[in-house]
Amino acid sequence: MVDTPRELGYRDTHEWVRNEGDGTVTVGITDYAQDSLGDIVYVELPAVGDELDTGQEAGVVESVKAASDVYAPVAGTVVAINEALEENPEIINASPYGDGWFYRLRVADPDELGDLLDADGYLAAVEEQEAG
Amino acid sequence: MSRRTPLYDVHVAAGARMVAFAGWEMPLHYGSQLQEHHAVREHVGLFDVSHMTVLDITGSGAEDWLRLLLANDVARLQAPGAALYSAMLNERGGIIDDLIAYRLESGYRLVCNAATRTRVNEWIGRQARGRAVAVSERTDSVMIAVQGPAATTTLCGILSRHAATLEALAPFRAVWCDAWLVARTGYTGEDGFEIMLPASAAAACWRALQDAGCRPAGLAARDTLRLEAGLNLHGHEMDEDISPLEANMAWTVAWEPPSRNFVGRVPLEELRRKGGYQVLTGLVMTQPGVLRAGQLVRVPGTPETGVITSGTYSPTLGHAIALARVPPVAAQQALVDIRGRHAPVRIVRPPFVRHGKKVYN
Repeated sequence: MVDTPRELGYRDTHEWVRNEGDGTVTVGITDYAQDSLGDIVYVELPAVGDELDTGQEAGVVESVKAASDVYAPVAGTVVAINEALEENPEIINASPYGDGWFYRLRVADPDELGDLLDADGYLAAVEEQEAG
Repeated sequence: MSRRTPLYDVHVAAGARMVAFAGWEMPLHYGSQLQEHHAVREHVGLFDVSHMTVLDITGSGAEDWLRLLLANDVARLQAPGAALYSAMLNERGGIIDDLIAYRLESGYRLVCNAATRTRVNEWIGRQARGRAVAVSERTDSVMIAVQGPAATTTLCGILSRHAATLEALAPFRAVWCDAWLVARTGYTGEDGFEIMLPASAAAACWRALQDAGCRPAGLAARDTLRLEAGLNLHGHEMDEDISPLEANMAWTVAWEPPSRNFVGRVPLEELRRKGGYQVLTGLVMTQPGVLRAGQLVRVPGTPETGVITSGTYSPTLGHAIALARVPPVAAQQALVDIRGRHAPVRIVRPPFVRHGKKVYN
């Protein structure tokens, strides 16, 4: 059973978003995403200072088997990246919502956080995708 | 509706992630494909390969017919138990399938791919028409691969009565251990065996091997292992528009005697004479990133592009490797287009890994 914390926001492209309450959010990929990808061996992160639009490609995560794009769940400016992932991408498998975070964004429009899916909405989207 | 092997329940109980593959429900991995990969390189792994298509060929015309059907020559199989690897070509010299042909007391056994099953059965059925041969598919058979440096001691442990025979078994030889046909073959680049046995014995055999220390490994590890070993996969390195010359399989074509007019021989000889065809080679990228099938390859000195046929992260080497079909120029370096970035790679001769060690230069 995959873990989908209720306090996070989601996109159906498998990113999670945690509101840090200071105008920034932390972004990562979901437990479902890491589990589907399998052993992760490579990540490309955005650079600090990058300005991202909603849905813009913000990196790549590659497992042994497949490459998957990571998108910006909301618009904003990258203020921090998790450099530990570049050396040890397997952290994402071990701790997708903790040490496996990808980057932090200063959000352009806080109202956009209201567009995110909640945990149930995300799980419904996953179910729909699996049904194809 | 996908088919299930007799080991399906065993896989599910072991926590396998099952996936649809070539009409079968097969284990992709049992938790970590990397750990399964390392288990095969360092100790011993266990694979259910019952999805492979097994065809028994009997009849007085079996040898003559197979000498026309296959690009390798079964006349080289001088005694029961001998086996060889061969391509089966269409009239254009393209590869319908790659297979292992075993000579048995009763005739021959072909072990073909799962993904090509429909096409192979249709082709073989057509080619067999009017010949003194009978082709029967062994839909009841189970095939288990035991692969890794500890494969021999482990298998001999559960087949102790046959231990001396199995220890002495040469590569590409098979022997009957009672009702089990045990072959010293595999798809990993390690020592190992492939066991064909009755479905009724499958689960007990699997459990005995697992209890003896074999780690179950799925299709995902099977793919990284075969790629490190530089072994082709049909649908990637070869297909019906690719000849053995373009798939690094010239060594499997028996040109002698010239009178053996196997299917595909004429166009293949013409291609060999003309030359200039693309060749299958190995690529190594030590910088971060992963090479993937379909990425374009540029080699110096020609506008012609090549393409990666299979690429992966190599768990043994810790960086990306690939097989690629490239223009026939002498070059040691190439550039691969990875999402618009031109990544430098080295061109090497596969295999990449054998018996747990890096082997390319």
